[in-house]
Amino acid sequence: MSDKPEGLPPDAMTVEAKLGFLEYKKSPETHISLRKTGADSPCVTECKSKPCTTVCPAKVYEWEEHEKKVLVAYENCIECGACRMLCPFDNISCDWPKGGFGVKYKFG
Amino acid sequence: MPDPISYDFDAIVVGAGPAGVAAALTMARGGLNVALLERGEYPGAKNVQGAVLYSRMLHEIVPDFWKDPSAAIERPIVEQKTCITTADSWITVGYTSLKFLEGVPNCYTIIRVRFDQWFAAKAEAAGATLLTGVTVRDVLKTSDGKIFGVKTSEGDELKAPVVIACDGVNSLLAQKAGFIDELRPSEVALGAKEVLALDPAKIEDRFNLEPGQGATMELFGGITEGMLGYAFIYTNKDTLSLGVGCKLTDYQRRGVRPSDHLERVKRHPALRKLIEGAKTLEYSSHLIPEGGMNSMPPLAADGFLVAGDAAQMINPAYREGSNLAMTSGRLAGETVIEAKTKGDFSKATLEAYKTKLKASYIWPDMEEVKDLEEAVERSPGFLEFYPKLACDLAHMRFSADGQPKKDHIWKALGMLRERGLIRIARDLWPLRKVAI
Ligand SMILES: Cc1cc2nc3c(=O)[nH]c(=O)nc-3n(C[C@H](O)[C@H](O)[C@H](O)COP(=O)(O)OP(=O)(O)OC[C@H]3O[C@@H](n4cnc5c(N)ncnc54)[C@H](O)[C@@H]3O)c2cc1C
Ligand code: SF4
Ligand code: SF4
Repeated sequence: MSDKPEGLPPDAMTVEAKLGFLEYKKSPETHISLRKTGADSPCVTECKSKPCTTVCPAKVYEWEEHEKKVLVAYENCIECGACRMLCPFDNISCDWPKGGFGVKYKFG
Repeated sequence: MPDPISYDFDAIVVGAGPAGVAAALTMARGGLNVALLERGEYPGAKNVQGAVLYSRMLHEIVPDFWKDPSAAIERPIVEQKTCITTADSWITVGYTSLKFLEGVPNCYTIIRVRFDQWFAAKAEAAGATLLTGVTVRDVLKTSDGKIFGVKTSEGDELKAPVVIACDGVNSLLAQKAGFIDELRPSEVALGAKEVLALDPAKIEDRFNLEPGQGATMELFGGITEGMLGYAFIYTNKDTLSLGVGCKLTDYQRRGVRPSDHLERVKRHPALRKLIEGAKTLEYSSHLIPEGGMNSMPPLAADGFLVAGDAAQMINPAYREGSNLAMTSGRLAGETVIEAKTKGDFSKATLEAYKTKLKASYIWPDMEEVKDLEEAVERSPGFLEFYPKLACDLAHMRFSADGQPKKDHIWKALGMLRERGLIRIARDLWPLRKVAI
């Protein structure tokens, strides 16, 4: 056996399933935005590994290959706080949601 | 002369976590008119912790809290284990003692959402005004830089001669006050966790516990897949808390999602049987400040103090954060009470907070582990080589493999030489500080 990760076990719980346990007070406004989008954004021009899409624990960011852009499903955000420093090109602007909105943990 | 500011409160605390509640409770007891602002719909709504809480620091704020039947605590911990893992082997070192239950019991597991609500209610009972569902977006500053209140996401302004920032890791308030820039990914870890339901009798059976007692286990080595961090499992009353946390830069570099890492952790043979049949109730994730003393912001300015995670007060070598938060919140509160008596909230007066921190356990403890993480990071052997070496040596020690035992010694020496004895000595030296 090696100590290297071997990908996800076949019966692993997906992020989507994990988020299914959570309650949110849905905010009509996004609290996350990309500073630059489009062909001259770092997402397209510079960022090869796209850590926002691979690390965010709520899978909020997804790379849309067709449109060459990052989609942001802000309503899934569990407010871990990581994305304020996750983007190597400082292209993510992430505030806390307005008072009372967002994830509502029951255990934490 | 500009008009004197008309204040709404004597003090404003931002964040109803352990630091903020301790600060608000202390000041309310001291007779101050205190506002405690929390962005969650209720205290705890946004908060994630392992969670082990050391009792003494809470006992100093809520004496004999464990005797209160309504206290939101889970199990007193009698057994603490550390596990060094490879993919298919592990060495467990543990210490169990019923002495942990005597006097002030050493530590309890807690469920943060319940705990935070219970703790915040204590501050309210003492007279603090808890305002939930309030996100603070900025501080109010006079033209000469004195902080005199906060501005919320609704655009409301609340004024007080002093604001205590207890808003947790990567503190927005400390940034707005000009204390810190955005933290760097190397200064934080990202934790992911699940709470799993399991019958209390099964918990006691699997962890070899008397009814009501609890155990903790932290797992290092192979289980973190070459990243700097650890996995943990803690027993609650009728649930288990299982999680993993590693440096954000490691997750970034490896492109690993903590939730997926957690799925692999759940399947490690050292944990698999402990959680068998346990049903996930919740998944959560949160940052942990890891920069320690080297990333600590200035702690006081005119009309402003910072406590808890917002001030990077974590001892990464000992899973301590909530206790440092409580103590620093209490000391910040005491400082403000003195400032109120003097009628002076200048930086010079509020600096007394720093003196109090230095006289407590917080400063010396943080000083002690200041460079530990860097030392461990510098020697990648800790993440893979040593766990494997330890398990291989143990394997030989506990095997009757038909080889003369003295051949085992030569083989063991060979394994050590592979890394070089001087290098091993240099690797291990920084660890002396966490040995006791
Ligand atoms: C996975 C994990 C495991 C851990 N395990 C342990 C452990 O076993 N033992 C231990 O002692 N420590 C542990 N810690 C660390 C511990 O959780 C923290 O040290 C502790 O919570 C710090 O308390 P705090 O009050 O400073 O901050 P927090 O608990 O983060 O509280 C900050 C509060 O401020 C509120 N807030 C933030 N911004 C705003 C704003 N702008 N406006 C209004 N409100 C705001 C938040 O909603 C929150 O309620 C762990 C942490 C993690 C993530
Ligand atoms: S990490 Fe930053 S630059 Fe890269 S894809 Fe995400 S937002 Fe774009
Ligand atoms: S705060 Fe955390 S959960 Fe929310 S988008 Fe950023 S990384 Fe994802």
